[in-house]
Amino acid sequence: MKPFAYQAPTTASDAVRQVADDPDAVFLGGGTNLVDHLKLGVARPGALVDVTSLTSAEITERDGGLLIGAGVRNSDLAADPRVRERYPLVAQALLSGASGQLRNMATTGGNPLQRTRCVYFQDVTTPCNKREPGSGCSAIGGYTRYHAILGASEHCVATHPSDLAVALTALDATVHLLGPDGERTVAFGQLHRLPGDRPDKDTVLDHGDLITAIGLPDLPMARRSTYRKVRDRASYAFALVSVAAAVDLDGDAIRDTRIAFGGVAHKPWCATRAEDALRGQTAGVDAFRAAAEAELADAAPLEGIDGGNAFKIPLLTRTLVAVLRELTGVNR
Amino acid sequence: MDAEITLRVDGADQPVTVDTRTTVLDALRERLGNTSPKKGCDHGQCGACTVLVDGRRVLSCLMLAVAADGAEVTTAAGLANGDLHPVQRAFIDHDGFQCGYCTPGQICSAVGVLEESDGELSRAEVAERMSGNLCRCGAYPGIVAAVEQAAGEQR
Repeated sequence: MKPFAYQAPTTASDAVRQVADDPDAVFLGGGTNLVDHLKLGVARPGALVDVTSLTSAEITERDGGLLIGAGVRNSDLAADPRVRERYPLVAQALLSGASGQLRNMATTGGNPLQRTRCVYFQDVTTPCNKREPGSGCSAIGGYTRYHAILGASEHCVATHPSDLAVALTALDATVHLLGPDGERTVAFGQLHRLPGDRPDKDTVLDHGDLITAIGLPDLPMARRSTYRKVRDRASYAFALVSVAAAVDLDGDAIRDTRIAFGGVAHKPWCATRAEDALRGQTAGVDAFRAAAEAELADAAPLEGIDGGNAFKIPLLTRTLVAVLRELTGVNR
Repeated sequence: MDAEITLRVDGADQPVTVDTRTTVLDALRERLGNTSPKKGCDHGQCGACTVLVDGRRVLSCLMLAVAADGAEVTTAAGLANGDLHPVQRAFIDHDGFQCGYCTPGQICSAVGVLEESDGELSRAEVAERMSGNLCRCGAYPGIVAAVEQAAGEQR
């Protein structure tokens, strides 16, 4: 492991300045992904700037919604009674990810910024455009089971691993940032990027931008929401596909809905086509399936030495149908 | 680069100078001679290194010692207070191990589970909450039974 300096500033603005002024410095949060990357050689920073105690660890009421400090641990967020009652998809997404130990360490600010678990990205002996721009993509034609079917590029087919981020995308949460030029906000759906020709950039954040809080909107339909994750083992595994959804019902009619997919793209996938297809429709299995098909019309599965990942199209279709059946109570 | 820190390990203050790259796990095992937490994968995937930090179960292999300065660390060896901890007793009662390598991590994790839960724990719930601790001997039925017993005694 490359030697690094450890800095523990006392204010968030000092931390932002220390990282912004040093291209070789990175923020240290819960460390569950970064410390592993230090060991693997995936990350080789010259300095770690510890921010775990510099942002709020509180969840507060704000404009009818909730403001979650970036320092709130994943386990505390999942256990908060207000989150469980008003945003059950957030609690379910968190509890479906990692393990109890990791959730006690990982933070709200750090979770969405964790990096892909693409095996090639994590193996420094293989080419990877995300880790080393221009070196090539080993996943194309390689192991593709955990890789993208939507929005990928010839440079990168990795998926984003966070479950929480899928729920926050469905909710249209707000990211509160502190950067070298001050505070600003970004819509959660705009935080992550598609790979294009810059797969090394996961997000729109600039060097030195610190997530200080995540805002959950006043969204009554989120009370009728869920997160379902399909994986290779029952627990402690990343998603093959996942669905976060909320539904606003008027009798059997779908007044409004929010849907996001995980495990299928470089970013949490906001399923706007599926939402549009469902709005105003009578709830029913045919309508649910048509919504999935509308969203997946442009899906481009990969061929690979493991048989490829075309299985994700029917798997995700069935998962969305199952989630909507559960949320609407309509089984026909 | 060195840093001077103090960890409070199983009730005793332990000042130690560590390289900033040192994890809590390596500080405990290699610098402070506490070999209760085990190094399995060293990448946060197996749970063998689980300890309690400030009362909560965490993976000591993914925690930098320098970032844990001043923390209260409890290892499985520090749980016994004259008598065995109820979770340790339950693991013996139910044969919750074979080779024993994952056991200190399992026991710290189980203590964390009991701390985190306030109601009754079904077998499925114990298995889910303990899923971050792997046992390559496959002693899971005994482990789940042990956690169930300890949870029952806690109520």
